[in-house]
Amino acid sequence: MVKVVICGAAGGIGQPLSLLLKQSDLISHLALYDVVNAPGVAADLSHINTRSIVTGHGKEAMDEALQGAHTVVIPAGVPRKPGMTRDDLFKINAGIVRDLSEGIAKNCPGAFVLVISNPVNSTVPIVAEVLKRHGAFDPRRVFGISTLDVVRSSRFVYELDNSIDPRSTRVTVIGGHSGVTIVPVLSQISGQKFTKEQLDLLTHRIQYGGDEVVKAKDGAGSATLSMAYAGARFTSVILEATVAGKTGLVESTYVNLYADEESTAAFRAKTQLEYFAQDVEFGREGVSKIRPLPELSAYEQTLLDAAIPELKVNITKGTAFITDASKI
Amino acid sequence: VVCGAAGGIGQPLSLLLKQSDLITDLALYDVVNAPGVAADLSHINTKSTVTGHGKEDMDAALKGAHTVIIPAGVPRKPGMTRDDLFKINAGIVAGLAEGVAKNCPGAFVLVISNPVNSTVPIVAEVLKKHGVFNPKKVFGISTLDVVRSSRFVSEVKPSIDPKATRITVVGGHSGVTIVPLLSKIPGFVEDLSKEQLDALTHRIQYGGDEVVKAKDGAGSATLSMAYAGARFALTLLEATVAGKTGLVESSYVNLDADAESTASFKAKHDLDYFALDVEFGKEGVKHILPLPEVSAYEQTLLDAAFPELKTNITKGASFVTGA
Repeated sequence: MVKVVICGAAGGIGQPLSLLLKQSDLISHLALYDVVNAPGVAADLSHINTRSIVTGHGKEAMDEALQGAHTVVIPAGVPRKPGMTRDDLFKINAGIVRDLSEGIAKNCPGAFVLVISNPVNSTVPIVAEVLKRHGAFDPRRVFGISTLDVVRSSRFVYELDNSIDPRSTRVTVIGGHSGVTIVPVLSQISGQKFTKEQLDLLTHRIQYGGDEVVKAKDGAGSATLSMAYAGARFTSVILEATVAGKTGLVESTYVNLYADEESTAAFRAKTQLEYFAQDVEFGREGVSKIRPLPELSAYEQTLLDAAIPELKVNITKGTAFITDASKI
Repeated sequence: VVCGAAGGIGQPLSLLLKQSDLITDLALYDVVNAPGVAADLSHINTKSTVTGHGKEDMDAALKGAHTVIIPAGVPRKPGMTRDDLFKINAGIVAGLAEGVAKNCPGAFVLVISNPVNSTVPIVAEVLKKHGVFNPKKVFGISTLDVVRSSRFVSEVKPSIDPKATRITVVGGHSGVTIVPLLSKIPGFVEDLSKEQLDALTHRIQYGGDEVVKAKDGAGSATLSMAYAGARFALTLLEATVAGKTGLVESSYVNLDADAESTASFKAKHDLDYFALDVEFGKEGVKHILPLPEVSAYEQTLLDAAFPELKTNITKGASFVTGA
């Protein structure tokens, strides 16, 4: 019995994400949780002719939704409007993510937790700190989904060079999941020779892809469909590894570096960062191995130098949201 | 081209189609919000380009289309029948059909907008007016009834694989006009009581209402409709673009798409449109499979479906012809 819970399932990301996951053969029970509308979305999805059962749970039924979950995916929260940074969302989304984490600690402490709610750089530490409080934190099981940056990287590189296959060309994206903290390692794509102008353009586009969509939607929201696609892709990889036991799967993801203490010791000592997006190899336990930082070009090193201090601030903000609140 | 791409069905439908390797250009058209949805989808790492077109841009959206899918229109609210939507959606569909006639008269047209029993004749009559109607290329998507049938049957008998079990659903796409041929599933109907068969048939026929009720004013089936719409559209693309043969889906079509096979049926029932199993080819409808032998129970369902369908078809056709 593999139960996957979507928290925020009736939202702009949650609905298409749930649709994509309804098609997975690895999920036997898809539980949709949201403050409103979840039962209606569940009824809709339940008519699709795949084997999984679908249940919908409203505000008062969070415990029931989370009970026995193998994996919890969290797209819940408000989206950005034009002019807002992911950090502006913090005030609202931090509380939402905290409450869901409390629910996880209580109902499914061993679950894999996949965080979409922005600002991811801060909300992942929030999840971790809440779980730590309950003695339920396993750094190998908590992930910030940064897959959309990888998806955008593949697509935007393809737009510059349509000889590559965007589907099969995976780009390593390290750092975090917002603006300057997104560091696409384009130098590692085999056979690529971008000019400095192209690199600047490409990098900027990848870093601010989210803003591009917020602007195009002109107040109507942020990336939902592409985020659902990326979220489903990452969730499927986690399930392939943890349920189907498939080995050798790798995705860039934002994790607590203690998920692989040994491999990250030097990096942590040098940067003083506890969280970082890096290529991760998955196993039944979640994170099997955090790959070492790839060799970076001078250009990418500059990006990384800009990312690190910003990340530090984001991480502290997330961590402090929980640790300060508990100080009396 | 997805007409109504920014709506409740249009968005998830477009997401699913963005993942197809058979589509090179996905054009999203809607009265509002299409450019934003297009920007969103355009970031997905598949090869197709995505463009968004607003109200003033319908011609550009439709120009050169191979296939046009129409989920545009308003959804049902609790208490409404699909026919209540007619007043609003008939005009929307007629307007889009005019656009198709003008910009891509040879396109395959896939209609989702309800009430399908009536909106498909609307499309046909508009295309006829322009001398561009090809019955092999116009389809009402009734796939969700097939999807529901497979799912609900597997809920009654879990040994049946819902994904692998295709069920023929004939008639139309609303209430009593939906006739699922459950007797064709090997070893199934024989084990059901009359009550169970009634309940199952009713559930398939009113599956849409079930979701409208559960959504309590928030809409009708969107995600499952997107799934079914994508499934049908991709099957058609497999046949018309990739040249795959032998593909069959139940679909609501004008029976002149295969005049020979349907001659006696048409003569007997006096219906121009009917959902049947259709075999696809590069031309669209290659062959309409004849109505299979049905059980006595199913004959009763058909007898109730025919007159209702006649009314729906006349309503749609006369909206355009004024007759």
